Amino acid sequence: MEKLNWFEITLQILGHFTPVWIGLFVIFALSITFKGSLGLYGKLFNSRVGMIGLGLVLFWILTALLADVIAPFDSLDQVSGMKNKRPGWPMANGEGHYLLGGDRLARDVFSRVVYGSRTVMAIAPAATLFAFMVGVTLGLPAGYFGGKLDTVLSFLANLVLAFPVILLFFLLVTPEIQKTGIPTYIASVLFAFPIVFFVVLFHSRFEQQPGKLFLFLGLTLVLGLWAYSGLAFNADPLGVFSMDPNLLNIFVSVVFVNSPTVFRIVRGLSMDIQTRDYVAAAQTRGERPWYIMLWEILPNARGPLLVDFCLRIGYTTILLGTLGFFGLGVSPESPDWGMTINEGRKLLSLYPHPALPPALALMSLVLGLNLLADGLREQSLKD
Amino acid sequence: MLLFTIKRMGVMALTALCLTFIVFFLTNLEPNLEILAKEQNNMRMSDAQVESWLEREGYKRPLLTRYGEWLGSFVSGDWGASTRFSKDVLPIISERLYYTAKLMFWVMIVMVPAALIIGVLSGMREGSVTDRTLSTVAITTTATPEYVSGVIFTVIFASSAVGLKWMKGSATSATDAITFANFALPVMTMAIYGMGYVARMTRASMAEVMTAQYIRTARLKGVSFPNIVLKHALRNALIAPFTVIMLQFPWLLTGVVIVERLFNYKGFGWTMVEAASNNDIELLMGCSVVAVVVVLVTQLISDIGYVFLNPRIRIQ
Repeated sequence: MEKLNWFEITLQILGHFTPVWIGLFVIFALSITFKGSLGLYGKLFNSRVGMIGLGLVLFWILTALLADVIAPFDSLDQVSGMKNKRPGWPMANGEGHYLLGGDRLARDVFSRVVYGSRTVMAIAPAATLFAFMVGVTLGLPAGYFGGKLDTVLSFLANLVLAFPVILLFFLLVTPEIQKTGIPTYIASVLFAFPIVFFVVLFHSRFEQQPGKLFLFLGLTLVLGLWAYSGLAFNADPLGVFSMDPNLLNIFVSVVFVNSPTVFRIVRGLSMDIQTRDYVAAAQTRGERPWYIMLWEILPNARGPLLVDFCLRIGYTTILLGTLGFFGLGVSPESPDWGMTINEGRKLLSLYPHPALPPALALMSLVLGLNLLADGLREQSLKD
Repeated sequence: MLLFTIKRMGVMALTALCLTFIVFFLTNLEPNLEILAKEQNNMRMSDAQVESWLEREGYKRPLLTRYGEWLGSFVSGDWGASTRFSKDVLPIISERLYYTAKLMFWVMIVMVPAALIIGVLSGMREGSVTDRTLSTVAITTTATPEYVSGVIFTVIFASSAVGLKWMKGSATSATDAITFANFALPVMTMAIYGMGYVARMTRASMAEVMTAQYIRTARLKGVSFPNIVLKHALRNALIAPFTVIMLQFPWLLTGVVIVERLFNYKGFGWTMVEAASNNDIELLMGCSVVAVVVVLVTQLISDIGYVFLNPRIRIQ
C-alpha cells in the first residue's frame, strides 16, 4: 500500500470519528430544538462561545465513551516495522495505516490519543467533584458562622495554598510515600466528605419527615460507605469499587490541591449571600443553620460554582498532564496525554509526530472547558 | 498600616514554620531514609544494618527534635550537603536561583507589558471586534500549559521536521551566555501561559473602570478617547492586575520547573526535580524552603501593595 498524503490522512481521521460526529449532531439538534425548556443548559445555545466550548467538551466525552469504536488499533499494540514511522505510513501486512504515525515503541499514535481521552475524562471530573464536596462542606459553615472556625479553616486552606503545587506533587506522588500508607489516610479523610455532605443535606431537609429521612439517609449511607470502603481502603466486600494504589495516590493529591481554592470561593459566596433578605427570612422562620446553608445559600451560589467547576476541570486536566509530564502518571504504559507528551519530547526535533497530537488534544479539551465556562458565566449573568 | 504589616508577618512566620515541618516530615519518611542509608553505604545492606546505621546517624530520634535541630542549623546558615551534587546546599541553591532569576526577569519583561496591553485594549471597548479577538487569544493561551506550548514551539522553531531552526531546542548553554537562539523558546513558553490570565484580569478591571461615573464625566467634558484611557482609566484599572501579577510567582514556579526540565536549563526548578528524583533530602529541604518563602513574601507584598494602591481599603 501507498503512504497516505495529508489530505487523505485528514479525511480518514475525520472518518474514524464518524460516531462522534453523529452523536454531536443528535445532541445539538435536540438541544437547539428544545432549548427553551432546558434552563441554563438551553441558554448556552444562545451564545456562540458557549456552543463552541460545549462542542469541544462533548467531542472529547463522546470520544472517551466510544474509544473502542473509533481507535483503529489497541493502545498497547506494537507492530514490528512501525517504530517512529511518519504519519500515514501503511502497515506491512496491508491492513490499514498508522494515521498519525508510530511512536518509539511502534504503537499507533492516533489510537493512543483516542484511548488517552478515557484516562483524562475518568479522573479529572471525578477529582474536581470530590474537591467541590470538600470545599462546599467546609466553606459554607466557615463563611456562615465566621469566628474561630473560619480562622482555623482559612489558615489551613492558606497553608495548602502557600505550597507550590509542583513541590507538593513531588512530595506526595512517590513510590516511597505509598509504602507508608499516607495516601490512604488522606483518602480516608477526603472521601468521607461526600458522605457527610449528603447526610447533612438530607437530614436538614427531611428532619420532620421520618419516612423520607430514613429512605434517603439509608440510601446515602449504604451506597456511600460501600464505595468508601472500596475506594479508600480497597476493602470492598463485593469488589465493585476499587482503585489502583498509584491512581489513588494521584487522585488524592489532585483533590487535596484543588479543595482549598474551592473552599475559599464557597466561603466568599457564603459570606456574601448570607446578607440577603431570603436568608434573613429563613432565620426568622426559625430554620436551622445547616438548612439555611445547604438549601438557601448553596442553590443561590450555583452560578459562580458551576462556572468554576468547568474551569477547575480544565485546571485539573492540566495538573494531570503535568504529573504525567514528570513521569508520575497513572501507569508507565497508559496512553495518558501528559505521559505521551513526555515520551515524545525526547525525540522532538527528529520525530515531532508522537508528541504533537496529545498536546493539541489536551489543549483543545481545556480550551473547550474554558469557553464553556465563559458561555455559562455570560448566560447566568443575564438572569 | 504598621500593625497590619506586623500581623501579616506573624501569620507568615507561622505558615512558614508549619510548611517546613510538613516538608521535613514528608522528606524524612521511613522508606526515604532507608534508601538514603543504602545509597550512603551499599545497595545490598540488610534491614538490620540499615536500622543500625540510621540509629548511629541519629535518624531514629523523635521527628520534632530533629526538626528543631535542622531549623537551628538552617537559620545559622548551615543548609547541609547535597548527595546528588556532593556539595553544600547553600552555594548550589544560590547559584541555581540566579539562573532562574535571569529566566524570570525575561519572562516578566515579555509577559507583563504584553498582558497589560492586551487587557487594556480589549477592556476599553467591551464587546468590540478587538475585544472579541483579543479575548479569544487570551483564553487560548490560558488553555495552553507550558508542556504543550513548549512542544509546539520546539516543533515549529527548532525541529528539522519543519526546518525553520531559528532557535535551539535546548537552553543548557544559556547559563553561560544568553542569546536569542537559546533563550527565546523557554521565555516565550513560560510567558504565554501566564499572559492570558493577567490579560483577562486586566480586561475585567478595565471594563469595570470604563463604566464608572468619572469616565462618563470626562467623555462629556470632551476629553479625547486616548486621553481618557491613558490619564483617567489606566491608573485605577491596574490595581487589580497588580495583585494578580504578584500572585503569579508561586504559579510561575510550576512553570519554571516544567520549562527548565523541557529545555534542560539548569536553574532552580531543574535542581528541585533532581533533588526529588534522587532522594537528595537536604537539597530538597533547601529548595522547598526557598520556594515556600518566595510564595509567602510575594503574598505579603501583594497584600501590602494592594492596600497601598487602593486607598478605599485603608479606612476599614
